[in-house]
Amino acid sequence: MSVSTLGTPSATRLSPAILAGLKRLPEWLVIWVPLLLSAGHVVVFTAWTTWISFTPSTLVPVDGWVGLRNYTSVLGTRNWKIAFDNLLLFGFGFVVLTALVGLLLAILIDQRIRGENVLRSIFLYPMAVSFVVTGTVWSWLLNPGMGVQKLVNDMGWTSFRFDWLVDRDMAIWTIVIAGIWQSSGFAMALFLAGLRSVEADLIKAAQIDGAGPFRMYTRVILPTLWPIVVAVMVILLQFAIRTFDLVRALTGGGPGIATQLPALVIYDFMFQRGHLGRGSAAAVMMLLTLLGVLLPYGAWKYYMRRRAANA
Amino acid sequence: MSALVIRDLRKRFGTTDVLKGIDLDIDSGDFTVLVGPSGCGKSTLLNIIAGLETATSGEIEIGGRVVTAVPPKDRDIAMVFQTYALYPSMTVRQNITFGMECRNVPKAQQAEALERVAKLLQIEPLLARKPAQLSGGQRQRVAMGRALVRDPKLFLFDEPLSNLDAKLRVEMRMEIKQLHARIGASIVYVTHDQIEAMTMATRIAVMNQGEVQQFADPDTVYNRPANLFVARFMGAPPMNTIPATLEGEGDRPVVVIGAGEHVVRLPAPPSIGREWLGKSVIVGIRPECIAEPTRLFGSSTAAGLTITAPVEMTEPTGAETIVVLRLGGQKVLGRVAPDIRLANGALATFAVDTRKLCLFDPQTERLIA
Repeated sequence: MSVSTLGTPSATRLSPAILAGLKRLPEWLVIWVPLLLSAGHVVVFTAWTTWISFTPSTLVPVDGWVGLRNYTSVLGTRNWKIAFDNLLLFGFGFVVLTALVGLLLAILIDQRIRGENVLRSIFLYPMAVSFVVTGTVWSWLLNPGMGVQKLVNDMGWTSFRFDWLVDRDMAIWTIVIAGIWQSSGFAMALFLAGLRSVEADLIKAAQIDGAGPFRMYTRVILPTLWPIVVAVMVILLQFAIRTFDLVRALTGGGPGIATQLPALVIYDFMFQRGHLGRGSAAAVMMLLTLLGVLLPYGAWKYYMRRRAANA
Repeated sequence: MSALVIRDLRKRFGTTDVLKGIDLDIDSGDFTVLVGPSGCGKSTLLNIIAGLETATSGEIEIGGRVVTAVPPKDRDIAMVFQTYALYPSMTVRQNITFGMECRNVPKAQQAEALERVAKLLQIEPLLARKPAQLSGGQRQRVAMGRALVRDPKLFLFDEPLSNLDAKLRVEMRMEIKQLHARIGASIVYVTHDQIEAMTMATRIAVMNQGEVQQFADPDTVYNRPANLFVARFMGAPPMNTIPATLEGEGDRPVVVIGAGEHVVRLPAPPSIGREWLGKSVIVGIRPECIAEPTRLFGSSTAAGLTITAPVEMTEPTGAETIVVLRLGGQKVLGRVAPDIRLANGALATFAVDTRKLCLFDPQTERLIA
């Protein structure tokens, strides 16, 4: 860059801006690559899948337009209906029970117990295990021939039955149990952080007011926790909606198709039956379900922030 | 009758003694302020009085009943917190009635008590609001309402004004004082602000390092500090404490500050024991006792003792001017009238009020005269 233009007013006015821009150049270069790549992955593949869902693609993607035919045919299958009913049952049971177990663990750990760090790690550990491992281990535990039932039977209680895994009506609850085992530690960690951030003076005030332990939690502590409750529920719900590997490893969707979930149906259409169009249609519907949870949550967060800013 | 009696109260956290044997006897209707620097144990003491923490040893009596082993809710106390500690999910009304709800007070009685307190504190228009919708001052009022509604034997205030801005703090200070005068309640009030202590208290307990340094009315604490810590802690700016020697001139003992050219001689308080003659002492003199030469102290009509000293610096505050001067080689603060301008480095004459001199033992740091 020439320095001889120092005397001209336009050069002296421009140079600070240019210099500042040059200084920030490396930052821009560094951030744009990963930003483009990740945005490309999300946007391009979502758009691609959405496009495929409107084409007559089977084994390989093909051009063409079939309108909503893939959607109507997916919605017409028994597989999808069962998967969606299961999702409602599993989503509700998993989210509510995991949150309750997590909250209970958090409250118990919050009683200034000894060995808190060890227990906290133990409860949180399942979160570090992959869903496939969880599913496999629980499939052994719940298998009547080699798991809990056999253990109890061998100990002498021969009439004991715990065969939910092979029971059409109860099999979905085995997935709920494994899901709770995996995720309640995570819920506990968030709730515990919330409990610990409750103002000490608030608890002192309630003690002086004469609130017993039950009233202390229901009227004073838990009401301050509800933003965390909502956050935990939303995170768990999106876990539930996209559950795949857990079911795949634990029941494989069975017995029969009794424990199908939408993600399994998508996999089934795309890679087992070789119908990319219908699989994509199912995937888009699953995405819409997820958005149905996440968008209201985002709106709620936005509203709360606005309200906090105005207060 | 005593509202609160504390006997030989000790508290230890691990190997640290936080409270080293506190004895206090607080009369019914007294506004007692526990004041001291942070970490002196005053908040721990208040929490122990409330029953929120347990003492290592010692006894607490509230309203003539030993409550050492009684849980907080049954001690017949109410507490106002620094952070207000209002229940965020409840309305102002629910915040105030929550305690009565826990004690199963009949609804009609609750409404009556709520109405009385709301009127007293003028918070009727706020009753339906949530704490988040209130200003700092309003929250403070609601917190006081929650305490007042109980009509307890003892009120505990834990630095209730620290979170307010300066202007509001002065207003609330007056309001709490008026409230005390009107309802005549027994109050224990914790603060680190010695001005709050001086303005509100009927009795002040000055604490430092887990011990009560002095427990007396504000005048005594200010004019006759029991030791050097109290002398230096109370008052803004604090009392000047200057090393000196006591000499006997005939029958009148004299405090001699400095030596040689800048020596200053002040008449010692007559109560000083003869055994201190010829020994070194520490003399305490309040900044307001060093003023411009035309100032008349007390009811005297004649000019009193004057001294000449070099001025090091002046700090005009508007209402008065703080002067930093050298007295016998020591740095000393004086307070002169606001319109007086003194040149830095120049010699100036000051009137000294010697009636309020305090003398301390340099070894034990206790007041000796």
